[in-house]
Amino acid sequence: MENKIRVSNLNFFYGKAQALYDISLEVPEREVIAFIGPSGCGKSTFLRTLNRMNDTIPIARVAGDVIIDGENIYAPGTDVVALRRKVGMVFQKSNPFPKSIFENVAYGIRINGIHTSKTDLNERVEKALHDAALWNEVKDRLNTSAFGLSGGQQQRLCIARALAVQPEVILMDEPASALDPIATQKIEELVVELKRDYTIVIVTHNMHQASRVSDRTAFFMLGKLIEYNKTEKMFQNPDDRMTEDYITGRFG
Amino acid sequence: MAQTGALGDKIFRAVLLLAATSILLIVAGIFVMMVQNAMPTIGRFGIGFLFGSEWKPAQEEFGALPFIYGTLVSSVLALIISVPISLGIAIFLVEQAPKGIAKPIAFMVELLAAIPSVVYGLWGIFVLAPFIREYLGPVLQGYLGFIPLFQGRVTGIGMLTGGIILALMITPIITAVVRDVLEAVPTTQREAALALGATKWETTTIVLGNAASGIAGAVVLGLGRAIGETMAVTMVIGNSPQISASLFEPANTIASLLAANFAEATDRTYLSALIEIGLVLFLVTFVVNAFAKILVMGVASRNGKAA
Repeated sequence: MENKIRVSNLNFFYGKAQALYDISLEVPEREVIAFIGPSGCGKSTFLRTLNRMNDTIPIARVAGDVIIDGENIYAPGTDVVALRRKVGMVFQKSNPFPKSIFENVAYGIRINGIHTSKTDLNERVEKALHDAALWNEVKDRLNTSAFGLSGGQQQRLCIARALAVQPEVILMDEPASALDPIATQKIEELVVELKRDYTIVIVTHNMHQASRVSDRTAFFMLGKLIEYNKTEKMFQNPDDRMTEDYITGRFG
Repeated sequence: MAQTGALGDKIFRAVLLLAATSILLIVAGIFVMMVQNAMPTIGRFGIGFLFGSEWKPAQEEFGALPFIYGTLVSSVLALIISVPISLGIAIFLVEQAPKGIAKPIAFMVELLAAIPSVVYGLWGIFVLAPFIREYLGPVLQGYLGFIPLFQGRVTGIGMLTGGIILALMITPIITAVVRDVLEAVPTTQREAALALGATKWETTTIVLGNAASGIAGAVVLGLGRAIGETMAVTMVIGNSPQISASLFEPANTIASLLAANFAEATDRTYLSALIEIGLVLFLVTFVVNAFAKILVMGVASRNGKAA
């Protein structure tokens, strides 16, 4: 299968401190990739190199290549705004805008000028909410504030907001870590559902979550990629001793 | 059995309560004192005091309207000039400026707040007034002279000069408050916008949306300062109790009137009139603040946050 993302020899620095060492991996299209590893291992930092979100940190520096659909996103002259539309992101803490439910989802559509008419906008918002499995819960209150939703609903709203701009890749940074088990389960089901149309990279602290939702898993330690394998193999018979120790809970 | 520290907590609570109520007592005290001392003119002129447009102490004619007008117009003028500048500075400092530049600029803005009012007044007389008379006034008249606001003789002393001086004086406070408010907007909001493919400008509008109620609060703080500012305005506004459509004409404000005339107000009616107009200033400030509070609450509830 075609590789959607190809990372080669990626090094990342915060000022003088190196946070990522020589990361190379490939992400096939329409698969779910889980990043696991102890806190501070660099998995979130790595995730954020894939849509250049680290650009907002003045002292951050990147060396190496991240190639998405054949284009190096760190090449000079890259359109970062277009890149981020293609590579959407869902954050650890749900962060809806202080707007209505409808306007939250409509925002990305509006700023990118995706819609052709008012009706088209409405349809796109409805579809995004459907795809994020939220429509039935909010269809009667679209014009009320997004802050009136529960934590799990807010996170699915953020997913709907990300879907609405029609990305090809969705990066998720511990999207369920602040949610209760039922809300978490809904997000996990959603991730599996979304795999049909999107390539998904998800950072998680939860081993079971990684094994449940992902096709491949990458294990990070101290800024290095220790092992990258099919999830089944990773959890049953990992190649690396450190991976096994981490997954079985012997450290970390 | 008595709970540990119950008495101590009671005393602690009483002290706090006293501190909290003292502010109410002070406000009430000032209000009662002013009403008492203004009784002679309140009784004599009634509501007509507010709408009279003649102020002739020698003939015992006291109309407060020109001063109320001057206060409101100069303050609003100051806001119109200051708010865009303050927002621009604050947005630049928080959203765009590299640290090496942001710090010195923020420091300069704070320095502006530390300059005494009378120095602003002097600068107004010797720099701003001639500049308006020679350059700004003629240019405005040349292009916008058909609007009544910019008609009449440009002397350099008048409403416009007062408004600009006030704008300078409230810019530091509005900038500082807006900066704090913008800094308080969570980074996750900016990242959410950026991740959807928002440009810097679009991201900033999201940040401003988050900060709307705080920005409204900052503007009101500025308005409050502008309404009460005295010395610098007295020096450049011309101190003439007239209501003119032209911004070039001299005018007067309540605070400025009080500062300039209190010392010479020896007879009882004159003094009472001055105190009554002070009371008006007090009430105008109160109404402005109350209005702003309603505005802020409206913005806050629309944003879905508790006010």
